Amino acid sequence: MTRIVVGPFNRVEGDLEVTLEMKDGVVAEAWAGSPLYRGFEQILRGKHPMDALMFAPRICGICSVSQSVAAATALADAMGLAPAPNGRITKNLAHAVENVADHFTHFYLFFMPDFARAEYAGRAWHERATERFRAVRGSATGTILPARTAFLTAMGTLAGKWPHSLAIQPGGVARALESSERIRLFGLLRDFRRHVETTLFNDELEAVAALDSVAALSRWAGEKPRGDFGAFLGIAEDLQLESLGRGLDRFMSYGNYPQAESQFLRGGVWDGKLHALDAQAIAEDISHAWLEGETRHPAQGVTRPQDEKAAGYTWCKAPRLAGQPMETGALARQAVNGHPLARDLVTNGGGNVKSRVVARLLEIAVLLPEMETWVQQLAPGEPFCTQGEMPREAAGTGLVEAARGSLGHWISVEGGRIANYQIVSPTTWNFSPRDGEGTPGPLEQALVGTPAGEGNVAVQHVVRSFDPCMVCTVH
Amino acid sequence: MNGAHEPGFFEMKSTFNLLWLQSAGCGGCSMSLLCSEARDLTAALEAVGIRILWHPSLSEANGDEVKRIFEQCLSGEVALDALCVEGALLRGPRGTGRFHRHAGSDVAMIEWVKKLAHVSRHTLAVGSCAAWGGVAAAGENVTDACGLQFEGDQPGGLLGAAWRGHGGLPVINIAGCPCHPDWITETLTALALGAFGQQDLDSFNRPRFFADHLVHHGCTRNEYYEFKASAHKPSDLGCLMENMGCKGTQAHADCNIRLWNGNGSCARGGAPCVSCTEPGFEEPGHPFHETPKLAGIPIGLPTDMPKAWFVALAALSKSATPKRVRENAVADHQVVVPAVKKTGLK
Repeated sequence: MTRIVVGPFNRVEGDLEVTLEMKDGVVAEAWAGSPLYRGFEQILRGKHPMDALMFAPRICGICSVSQSVAAATALADAMGLAPAPNGRITKNLAHAVENVADHFTHFYLFFMPDFARAEYAGRAWHERATERFRAVRGSATGTILPARTAFLTAMGTLAGKWPHSLAIQPGGVARALESSERIRLFGLLRDFRRHVETTLFNDELEAVAALDSVAALSRWAGEKPRGDFGAFLGIAEDLQLESLGRGLDRFMSYGNYPQAESQFLRGGVWDGKLHALDAQAIAEDISHAWLEGETRHPAQGVTRPQDEKAAGYTWCKAPRLAGQPMETGALARQAVNGHPLARDLVTNGGGNVKSRVVARLLEIAVLLPEMETWVQQLAPGEPFCTQGEMPREAAGTGLVEAARGSLGHWISVEGGRIANYQIVSPTTWNFSPRDGEGTPGPLEQALVGTPAGEGNVAVQHVVRSFDPCMVCTVH
Repeated sequence: MNGAHEPGFFEMKSTFNLLWLQSAGCGGCSMSLLCSEARDLTAALEAVGIRILWHPSLSEANGDEVKRIFEQCLSGEVALDALCVEGALLRGPRGTGRFHRHAGSDVAMIEWVKKLAHVSRHTLAVGSCAAWGGVAAAGENVTDACGLQFEGDQPGGLLGAAWRGHGGLPVINIAGCPCHPDWITETLTALALGAFGQQDLDSFNRPRFFADHLVHHGCTRNEYYEFKASAHKPSDLGCLMENMGCKGTQAHADCNIRLWNGNGSCARGGAPCVSCTEPGFEEPGHPFHETPKLAGIPIGLPTDMPKAWFVALAALSKSATPKRVRENAVADHQVVVPAVKKTGLK
């Protein structure tokens, strides 16, 4: 056995360090470490409840709107406030713009550049991958960044700016859209659709969203060149990425994008069968985190740093649902919601490097057409924000889906001030440490069996397949 | 380069090496940078000689390769022209810096920052966390967060008030939470062209090209401001200064001139300016969505405005407010549109 420490990981948000115990060239055991502590939960205590709207987005620069929406949802829950329909739709649009942009950014800037690495020289696809996806210098960078920038101008209209908008409110949004802006937004969505249909899929979004099985995906990919997604599928087949990074195959989603009566993406747990999600069964174990205290539901959670704790190896807590670690993210979300391709992917191979990436791009194809519908549902002239009062004693929960998975905020208010604020972010689930039972977190499990060592970048693929956001993790 | 030695002409080194570190922050300034409207961001930087040695969101290198880049900078094998630091510097617990250990090494991030700043020609604080401590320093500041050369509004911070880079400048504070992409690219470009000096920094060492403006400049709510026709609740169109906590008339930045994400700004998004470019903005001593007042008068008056004048003008302008402005101020869309005159405008 030899032990190696891998880090820093580039092209993940924030700091990550992975310790690997190696046997015969493969990972026998892995420990995921988050070496940064920021203390948002401590900062928020004692503040005015509405101050959460200023602090929450600043937990994370890449899923800032998700943090805002989670905070606004928790506040609305505590206030007993239902957002105005226009406000609900506008929040959904801002949230979906961020989530789609995150998937797009992850694919091009964070994930694909690894295939341009010198370790793959000699592979049939390497020259093309290098020309297209090489970090900073690949031809994709020059076109996808302007496309992303243009798409994110939707945020200027919807939320004032991105990241770190204060426009997202418990009752909706702080800014009503005008008719001309509704038209501008529709145009922006159509323009971005054209970009991804041309460069990413070489097909219409509806055709991608309609792919209903692994076999249908293979057939589709074989019909003609399928843009950058097709390039990934070719590489994935050659490197057998479907056999890399197998997770726990228990998938969780809180559901997302509230509609008048339901959610556009429903929540639940998928483990081959669909189960309802009981958020009361969530608990955060801190036996291997540099924190004091005991396992608690986040509504009663405490965050007290203890850097000298011998059993600790990370600042990240270990959230569990009914005692079980959960994988969260686009694959989980689409499998829980019942997308046939996502379900077929996890039935045949579970969560793995390929299925996680496919699900992320599939979600772009599912969301963008829906967003075009939402824009048309906006009714300028009708209210965008309902108003309410925060009771002096209250509690609320905000459960949403960030691009990279399930994000929960739990607030309690006493005497008109925040008495407790707990945040459980997606990567806290995915990159959680071991719990008191010694059960590893999803990444720790997924790395077992991965070839590693000099000249092998498989560990990098496994880590990035989760689209980790460490700055959220170590809020 | 032609004219390189003529006064006023740009000089351009063949390469201007840039290293970017993420300390205790959210990565939002990097994400904002990627919203640059440059035709091709990395190519635009290269076009003025800026070479990215390493950026945590963009570069290929990982693990030991990154440490090698750091070592090359420290040994002088690679000249480091600009060290950009994003995120606050965590000195805790107990001065060890272990609240942020650089991944893959047993070294605290503050130690890497100190060493690399020592060899760099220029050091830039990208965002308010790196400049002053920012949101990381809020509350009881359990992590003992500070900025590179300031702790809130007090000179000092990690590097100390006397620190200067080899280029002769103090830490350049590109404040903001996040900072605007252009603030970063234009500061870096000016440095790479040798067109940036002490005279280009304000008293908090922020680049004056954006810090010599107030957020109020160019605000679309200015007509409401003129008449003190104020918003009372989120989504109202009126001025956000009197009731909603907006500090745009005091905060130094050009957010309503140089817009965000196409055509946005906080105020255009219906949100008050929280003065995120100012040291200590994270602890204003009042809820962010409320304007603190004394005897009904906002405590934070517009910059350079005597209180008596403000009170007198506010009383006068309130009494002179047109019906259109008064009614629209408390609506979320125009309920009265400007009248169309039937004769030619004079």
